[in-house]
Amino acid sequence: MSVSVAVAANFTAPMQKIAQAFEQDTGHKAVLSFGSTGAFYAQIKNGAPFQVLLAADDETPLRLEKEGMGVAGSRFTYATGRLVLWSKQVGYVDDQGAVLKLGRPVNAQGTRTAAPFTRLAIANPKLAPYGAAAIEVLTKLGLLQELQPKWVQGDNIAQTYQFVATENAPLGFVALSQVMVEGRISQGSAWVVPAHLHTPIRQDAVLLAKGQGNPAATALLQYLKSDKAKALIRSSFGYEL
Amino acid sequence: MNLDAISLTLKLASLTTLVLLVLATPLAWWLSQTHSKWRAPVGALVTLPLVLPPTVLGFYLLIALGPNGPLGQMTQALGWGVLSFTFTGLLIGSVIFSLPFAVQPIQHAFESMGTRPMEVAYTLRAHPLVAFFTVAVPLARSGFLTAAILSFAHTVGEFGVVLMIGGNIPGQTRVVSTQIYGHVEAMEYAQAHWLAGGMVVFSFAVLLALSLLRKRWGRVMP
Repeated sequence: MSVSVAVAANFTAPMQKIAQAFEQDTGHKAVLSFGSTGAFYAQIKNGAPFQVLLAADDETPLRLEKEGMGVAGSRFTYATGRLVLWSKQVGYVDDQGAVLKLGRPVNAQGTRTAAPFTRLAIANPKLAPYGAAAIEVLTKLGLLQELQPKWVQGDNIAQTYQFVATENAPLGFVALSQVMVEGRISQGSAWVVPAHLHTPIRQDAVLLAKGQGNPAATALLQYLKSDKAKALIRSSFGYEL
Repeated sequence: MNLDAISLTLKLASLTTLVLLVLATPLAWWLSQTHSKWRAPVGALVTLPLVLPPTVLGFYLLIALGPNGPLGQMTQALGWGVLSFTFTGLLIGSVIFSLPFAVQPIQHAFESMGTRPMEVAYTLRAHPLVAFFTVAVPLARSGFLTAAILSFAHTVGEFGVVLMIGGNIPGQTRVVSTQIYGHVEAMEYAQAHWLAGGMVVFSFAVLLALSLLRKRWGRVMP
């Protein structure tokens, strides 16, 4: 059997690995579509053939369930996202995030080095939970008003990553899962934002009405709760569970 | 918020059209007159934005305008800074994106008037520039009209490029098309309908006006 899955953009890399293992272990096939949760919502409401949604938030699955498009009682948190302030340049972001307060990078001795940054990439807070979390962090640090003029907004977290990865923005708030490869931050410099600075970015999965009765859909949701999948999600990609 | 996006879109489309008419006129003239071996490759290059997906243009613009890209290096050397996520950057993107819509109608208009009018003008010892502006341009006016209207409308309808190099900054890069996308993603369908419906009406009106004007302008010769 095969199951058609709508996957939030930030979960792209982990889900590709999980789907591979899922297919090997169960013989079912997972057909993955990646995109933004808001767009998936609109598509599901209008008859898209998705059977499982792995959302970037916990509100959309709840909403779908209330509206009868999600199967009641099938919702669960498959991952909790971590936010990271990231730069492609080595040494640009210090491990305390002081670069935000000073408005420019600092070196180990605490002396100012490069020119002040003029752009800070964040995901659109209205659309992306990682964007909303970034706003919370800036608010808690008391830097919201000061840094707002420097924002450049990605439509989703994948685009925000692209802005920083192409160095069009020297630094930005992205998902830890995007910059982690094999459990390590693969390049540049980063400050993993302490979890207490924002409400947890809970990412919920839900079985959709079109997936009801499909054994592959049920198997996939079960598989996401397995220790094997959890270990992968946590250690390789930096999510919490 | 919607009004900001609308006025920004109109500003972007007007400026793009203006820049395009200035750039496209000599380019279209050269393409219509030359027998150079470069004619075909340049013509193909000009037409490229017509067939490329906007995401390709947007992606390469993002890289080219970025601090390590060729355009980015140039703009920084000139002291203009990095132009991605600015109105100017969006203007550059729009000009490239709509280039074929400006060049092709003007080029076709120049081609269809033939060589005779300019030859007559030269025989009467008109300076080439004077002849160009008093003979060729008026004769090709329906081409210019089409170019202006299409450039304007195509810029208003631009989405992929803006999404890639815009950064969704209110008053700078948040235009109507990206605003609609934002409304849809945020599940604000009522607001999305207002703007999206407006776009449909606007686009229809533009195309209708274009065909009516061309009928009238195309026939009457000076």
